[in-house]
Amino acid sequence: MSSEPVRTHAIDMSAIAQKNQSNKGKNETSIQIQDLNLFYGEKQALHGINMEIPKKQVTAYIGPSGCGKSTLLRCINRMNDLVDIARIEGKISIEGKDIYQPGVDVAELRRHVGMVFQKPNPFPKSIYENVAYGLRIQGINDRRILDEVVEKSLRGAAIWDEVKDRLQDNALGISGGQQQRLVIARAIAIEPTILLLDEPSSALDPISSLKIEELINELKETYTIVIVTHNMQQAARVSDYTAFMYMGDLIEFGDTNTIFTNPEKKQTEDYITGRYG
Amino acid sequence: MMREWFKTGAPWVWLNAAAVSLSLIMVFGLLALIAIRGLGHFWPADVASIRYVEKANEQPITLAGEIVDQQVLKPELAKAAGYTPEQAAAGLTQYLVKTGNRDISGLDFRWLLGKDIKKTDYPENLMVLERREWGNFYGYLDTIKENGKVVAQGEQAWTVLEERMVRTLDIFEQIKDIEKGEIGAINYQLERLRLKERKLELEGKLNTRAKQEIAAEKLEFEKKYQGLQANLADLNQEIRRDSLTATVASGRKVEIPLEKIVLYYQPNAMSFLQKIGHYGAKAWEFVSEEPREANTEGGVFPAIFGTIMMVMIMAVIVTPFGVIAAIYMREYAKQGILTRIIRIAVNNLAGVPSIVYGVFGLGFFVYILGGNIDSLFFPEALPAPTYGTPGMFWASLTLALLTLPVVIVSTEEGLSRVPKSIREGSLALGATKAETLWLTVLPMASPAMMTGLILAVARAAGEVAPLMLVGVVKLAPTLPLDGNFPFMHLDRKFMHLGFHIYDVGFQSPNVEAARPLVYATSLLLVMVIISLNLFAVNIRNHLREKYKALEN
Repeated sequence: MSSEPVRTHAIDMSAIAQKNQSNKGKNETSIQIQDLNLFYGEKQALHGINMEIPKKQVTAYIGPSGCGKSTLLRCINRMNDLVDIARIEGKISIEGKDIYQPGVDVAELRRHVGMVFQKPNPFPKSIYENVAYGLRIQGINDRRILDEVVEKSLRGAAIWDEVKDRLQDNALGISGGQQQRLVIARAIAIEPTILLLDEPSSALDPISSLKIEELINELKETYTIVIVTHNMQQAARVSDYTAFMYMGDLIEFGDTNTIFTNPEKKQTEDYITGRYG
Repeated sequence: MMREWFKTGAPWVWLNAAAVSLSLIMVFGLLALIAIRGLGHFWPADVASIRYVEKANEQPITLAGEIVDQQVLKPELAKAAGYTPEQAAAGLTQYLVKTGNRDISGLDFRWLLGKDIKKTDYPENLMVLERREWGNFYGYLDTIKENGKVVAQGEQAWTVLEERMVRTLDIFEQIKDIEKGEIGAINYQLERLRLKERKLELEGKLNTRAKQEIAAEKLEFEKKYQGLQANLADLNQEIRRDSLTATVASGRKVEIPLEKIVLYYQPNAMSFLQKIGHYGAKAWEFVSEEPREANTEGGVFPAIFGTIMMVMIMAVIVTPFGVIAAIYMREYAKQGILTRIIRIAVNNLAGVPSIVYGVFGLGFFVYILGGNIDSLFFPEALPAPTYGTPGMFWASLTLALLTLPVVIVSTEEGLSRVPKSIREGSLALGATKAETLWLTVLPMASPAMMTGLILAVARAAGEVAPLMLVGVVKLAPTLPLDGNFPFMHLDRKFMHLGFHIYDVGFQSPNVEAARPLVYATSLLLVMVIISLNLFAVNIRNHLREKYKALEN
């Protein structure tokens, strides 16, 4: 099997090379995951995950369906707390602080770790109120501040020009791609340090998907981004680091370039070349 | 061939369509029946003058009245009544005639045999008077009298009657305003003073000063009362001034004081437009006036008012309780066996016969709760109960209990339909669970809450059985809402359309007169429920439009 050439024709190699250039000199750790085990009842879903996610870089999780990518992602902002039967062992530290320690304010944590879901989930409110939601929760109701933040966030999510004339319209009335960017605007409105993207473009058409990818490239200037994706080309295009997961194990984690061109593990290679998954 | 046809699914479509059509026919048939029977009541029917052979070989007598019904006598019955077989077989038609004049003839409805009617005509000068007592009067106007002296007769009499009736009705309104409004308010104040005095006495604070103050106030009210009383005496003198004399069909002459007359008209002389006007006035009287003559005449306004007010208070009580219970069960309680049992219990509660709720309301709310409230807060009124007796509040509370399951179930349904992704979106923005509930989940579940409320209102407005135990009466002298402080009198008993139907239909001394009223009141009850529902449905649709995320 290994004698077969690695099929990378679908991947834009120049993009990867470019990205490697920008990686130099940025190796601070943002999220540190140590010996993380997660159980759904009796069933173990994550096995001893260890990884360090670098600051202001895009890290992609790839792997076949059900391998635990999303579960791992949802550990980072403790979204798994909502699942009654989920139990966690191990440690996740953000900026050196263990987020699973008792006494951690989960709402406060989630303010620092924003999340965007697979399906756009705008609230049934106006576009304006969607973006202002996080601020209003923090008790900020000053119209001037809200106006400013809403505009800034919508610009940041590259959707301002499309919606600036109908901020008071219901957010459910815009297209799926716009909704997803609105949800990203909503997430960055509260100025998190980390953005978790759970398959952000899997429910979108190719053009909207491309817009989201461009947006990710811009956002990484400011935020540490962790993205789960099914789409390997997308992982190759947008990420600086890639983690390949399989059956709840982290198989390989490293430079996107290395993972896609010269993976260490055979499993990774098989997956990337399309032999399973 | 047949099997092919079955395979296409067409038979099921037909079956479903048939079931839907049948349901629609039943609903509209029901509405049409009560509408036709009820709405006809207000139409000024022509009044016939009938020559009728009451006993064979005697001179025919003359009757006047409205022919309200007719039927063919069954041959067996006719034979039993002593008619020859030929006569019976030919079919004997019977007419039900409303002859009115209960004070004169004792009866106001008669069955007449068609073959004995010699002549029927509709004289234009036949007059109908609706009176405050004794039901309708049918006869011919002769003269108008003022203080016993004739002032008009013949052709003139009708015009003079019209003038004098305007004056009489005006005075009547004034008297009513004084008696119900001002004197009612004074009596209410006097009663409050008495209770205040008694309260001070019970607390041992009734010193000479307080006594003097109360006495002074009392004197004030009594002075006012004296003034009103004198005023009233004058008005009563005034209203008794005029009267009319008339001849009934049998030839007897009677005198009727104008103050006893509510409405006067000559239906045979009325044009179609005039009849429509009369119809509108009667229909308006029905919905806006108080009942007269043991509820068989006049309007049903207090019943409409009582029904709507009770339903609204019920809604105000049941919504918060139901919604809070549903939120706890769906969002906070651990979904275990206990929660399941509670949920089943709540669902079963909806199936408990309503009279059981009535018994519970009477035993627990009225006697235990009400009794304790009285001894704690209203000891001055004892032994007369304030809240320890059936009344508006207890009726609303009992119905709130009755409709609680509906609200809980549909609110829970609504909460469970709010997508997980929306909740997660809110939590991911740093909202706590309570904030997520309050800002996102509850608004999205609000249409479902409204659905629950709609069902609750529909059920509560139509419920009668429990109300008979906890607050509804045949005739309530005062509305539960008036101008006397504290305006809402939730301890008062009230009238209700549903009970009114039962009372008029089955407890009335005058069955024939009450029958159309039963239909009219039923129609009104249905309309009240429909409009309450439409109101709520409107709000719900508005909310749905606003929070339509559920469809995505």
